Amino acid sequence: MSLQRIGANGLSLIRLDAILMGLLGLLMLIGLAVLYSAGEQDASLVVNQSIRLGVGLAAMLVLAQVPKRLWLLWAPYLFGLALAMLLVVEWVGVGRGAQRWLDFGVIRFQPSEAMKITLPLVLAAYLSERPLPPSLMPTLISVVLVGISSGLILVQPDLGTAILVGTGGLAVVFLAGLRWRMIAGLGALVMAALPAMWLNLRDYQKNRILTFLDPERDPLGQGWNIIQSKIAVGSGGWSGTGWLSGSQSHLEFLPEPHTDFIFSVLAEEFGWLGVMAVLVIYALIIIRCLQLAQQCTDPFARLVIGGIVVSFFVYVVVNVSMVSGLLPVVGVPLPLMSYGGTSAVTLLAGFGLIQGLHSRRRFMGH
Amino acid sequence: MKLARWFKQASARVRDGAAELKVIDRRFQWLGAVMLACLLLLAGRFAQLQIVDHELYASRAENNRVALRALAPTRGLILDRKGRVLAENRPAYRLVVVPERVPDWEAMLDQVGALVTISDDERARFNRARQRARRFQAVPLKTNLRSDEVARLAAHRHRLLGVEVEPYLTRHYPHGALFAHVLGYVGRIDERDLERLGPDRYRASTHVGRTGIEQAYERVLHGQPGVETVETNAQGRTVRVLERQAPANGQDLQLTLDLDFQRAAAEALDGHAGAVVVLDVDTGAVRALVSAPGYDPNQFVNGIAPSAYQALLDNPRRPLFNRFLQGAYEPGSTIKPFLALAGLAEGVIDSDEEMFSRGWFELDGEGRRYRDWKRGGHGWVDLTKALAESVNVYFYEMAVDLGIDRMARELALFGFGQPTGIDLLGEGDGLLPTRAWKRGQFGEAWFPGETVITGIGQGFVVATPLQLAHATALLAAEGRTGAPYLHTPTAPSQRVVHADPHWDAVKAGMVEVIHGPTGTARAVAQDVPIRFAGKTGTAQVFGLPDDADAVDEREQDNLPEHLRNHALFVGFAPIDDPKWAISVVVEHGGGGATVAAPIGADVMARVVQ
Repeated sequence: MSLQRIGANGLSLIRLDAILMGLLGLLMLIGLAVLYSAGEQDASLVVNQSIRLGVGLAAMLVLAQVPKRLWLLWAPYLFGLALAMLLVVEWVGVGRGAQRWLDFGVIRFQPSEAMKITLPLVLAAYLSERPLPPSLMPTLISVVLVGISSGLILVQPDLGTAILVGTGGLAVVFLAGLRWRMIAGLGALVMAALPAMWLNLRDYQKNRILTFLDPERDPLGQGWNIIQSKIAVGSGGWSGTGWLSGSQSHLEFLPEPHTDFIFSVLAEEFGWLGVMAVLVIYALIIIRCLQLAQQCTDPFARLVIGGIVVSFFVYVVVNVSMVSGLLPVVGVPLPLMSYGGTSAVTLLAGFGLIQGLHSRRRFMGH
Repeated sequence: MKLARWFKQASARVRDGAAELKVIDRRFQWLGAVMLACLLLLAGRFAQLQIVDHELYASRAENNRVALRALAPTRGLILDRKGRVLAENRPAYRLVVVPERVPDWEAMLDQVGALVTISDDERARFNRARQRARRFQAVPLKTNLRSDEVARLAAHRHRLLGVEVEPYLTRHYPHGALFAHVLGYVGRIDERDLERLGPDRYRASTHVGRTGIEQAYERVLHGQPGVETVETNAQGRTVRVLERQAPANGQDLQLTLDLDFQRAAAEALDGHAGAVVVLDVDTGAVRALVSAPGYDPNQFVNGIAPSAYQALLDNPRRPLFNRFLQGAYEPGSTIKPFLALAGLAEGVIDSDEEMFSRGWFELDGEGRRYRDWKRGGHGWVDLTKALAESVNVYFYEMAVDLGIDRMARELALFGFGQPTGIDLLGEGDGLLPTRAWKRGQFGEAWFPGETVITGIGQGFVVATPLQLAHATALLAAEGRTGAPYLHTPTAPSQRVVHADPHWDAVKAGMVEVIHGPTGTARAVAQDVPIRFAGKTGTAQVFGLPDDADAVDEREQDNLPEHLRNHALFVGFAPIDDPKWAISVVVEHGGGGATVAAPIGADVMARVVQ
């Protein structure tokens, strides 16, 4: 047996998929390399991020072992717990200006992160218990659940996460076969709700959107970031300026070159080819997940995987659009590349769930 | 489990598994198509930025670049009530470094160090600021350059890459120590300040108000920054200004203080440590506010040398201590007029009633004797004489009759034990003891002897010089005035109510202190051109043995200075329609009559001119 073979078999023994793990590993390594450059070659950033990724991988491994029937059984309770914690965070949460965290003394926990997984889970469980495509009542109930979950996150206020959770949830409903005329109806409803949402946005969020529409509005703040990010991206050219030698001096003009704007560093130092390479890796990860979904023979697994993959995809698209000036700065990190712990752990946990649902091997069995 | 059952509710419809999976399949295809479209869009976007427009962005990045410079607003001036400048901005020069234009840090620092001395302190501060600043933002290396340093740097300018001499405005306090504690000073902004104040508002600013008026009115004085869009050449030097949005300068702040009064008060203190407060009786406007010794606030503006700062901290006379705002002094006999009003109001004394002072007072069943300051006592004493000669026994007896809680209640009306509400930060509360307070603080019952000495303003009771002046203003204005203020007035209100004869009796006693034949401060009657009223006080610093005779004021001169009593004086003028109230505290001055009253009279003489 070849070494590859043994590796693949070993991974499948712990209910993981070799191709997906390979792609994720490649992405994380590239991420650490870019982070080293973006963080002014500060090794401690790389070490910290590696530790977080390690925690995420451990969470992935644990979640992959949970059998599907338990997920089906637990889904409503897990969702209820996440919802309750979101409500608690409204009351007692700690956070700089925004209520996002629950402080348990030892660890601080962001309930909105748990929502990224539990919402697709509960919707998939709920809808797959019923005939598909869903009829009107289940559809409405699902949409209301999505609205409540992302609404609670929106008022924290955390626009970026609200978008991710909302699209992940809606994706499940869409994949379940929601009829086109209902989609049209929902679309009309959302358009009608937009003015109300605008009124409920916090000032800083309104500013971000207004600044996006007219960067000159705030030349020292958000608009500055967009302008400078575009200059960094554009000056990268075909093949970039080379690792560690971004001419924009490692993007010191950006307040967070190693978090939300890490893609600008990549674009400047590795050029269009580097951008394409990373986008292709993201695409391959998504394609592999869709393949895994395809191989599942039950609607539940397919819907869960679909929902998680969509929110992963939205992460990428929103962040990359943001640094290239296509979308306003909404504060969404680049998955598995941006510096920061919570989202990396949740994302890897989500991939653990996907692989566990797909695996036909019994837990610890042969 | 109802939830679980509802959740899993089986459907009546017969389910076709294969058909359902087909539905999902088709949706996955839709999803894949949308995702592909998005990714293609992104690929196109990056192709546009990086390939089509590459030249444009590369040239913006490499050659000519548009830089944004935040423009600092000019800090508002601080003026006295006649418009004389108390804090101003002076033109000066500083050495700044633009990080991105420095090819070699060590070489640059060595070159500059050969031309002007850069202290370790300045170097450390520069390195901290450099880490915070954007690469094109100038970071100050040395401020307040001397003119010879400016000349030397200008001569070598062509050799110093990334180094510039830049004109700027620096805060200056022309009267130095005279207003140090009132105005406070501005100091360099550090990271914590930026976080607290908002980095956008302070992006271009280097200084922020640290204490005093500069701190309390930071928002008004600072202003709003502007922004300038400039085009720079390859070396980063500004080629031209493209656009300019001017900063909104800070507002000038006119204070109620009077430079002449302030000067008179500081001169009258004549080297003593202490405080003088002069208030406008009707409104609470502060006309003079001195804490001595002071310090030169100018040395804090550009960063005080650690050794100089240590010297200020180590100075036993504590020049940094704000005595008028935070000093806690036993009021001594200056509390007697306020207690007299309490006694009259509560019916414990009558202004005509006389009692006999034989020189000491003794509580029932307690052996200890509480003494008069005059050996052998004052004989028959009414209220006027009790105030004029400051007869302790009269007030011992009244205090016992009132009890501590009633005394506390009445004194609180005059503002004792609480901040006056002046528009400065960090005001002290003083202390007005009660039974409940002592139980909470020490877990002990209140002793009757403590009531006795509270009657002459000793024991636990302490007040700030500002509180004493405010209480005196309240008394002079018969209960109606505003909180002391330097810029923002509060509407005067009736804070204390007493019967007219009571006000008159107490005021008459205070006039006798100055103008009566046996008044404790009769020696200063001639110092002021008009008749005025007052009360002296002496607070013990050095505890005497119980049975010792009270130390005569004259004997105080023989004690080492730090054991001498604090001397106090409160007063107001004119006596008919009072306009000014004053308080004087002289630390270790010896006696209120011999030291504090003459100082008060000197200031009063200048004020009523």
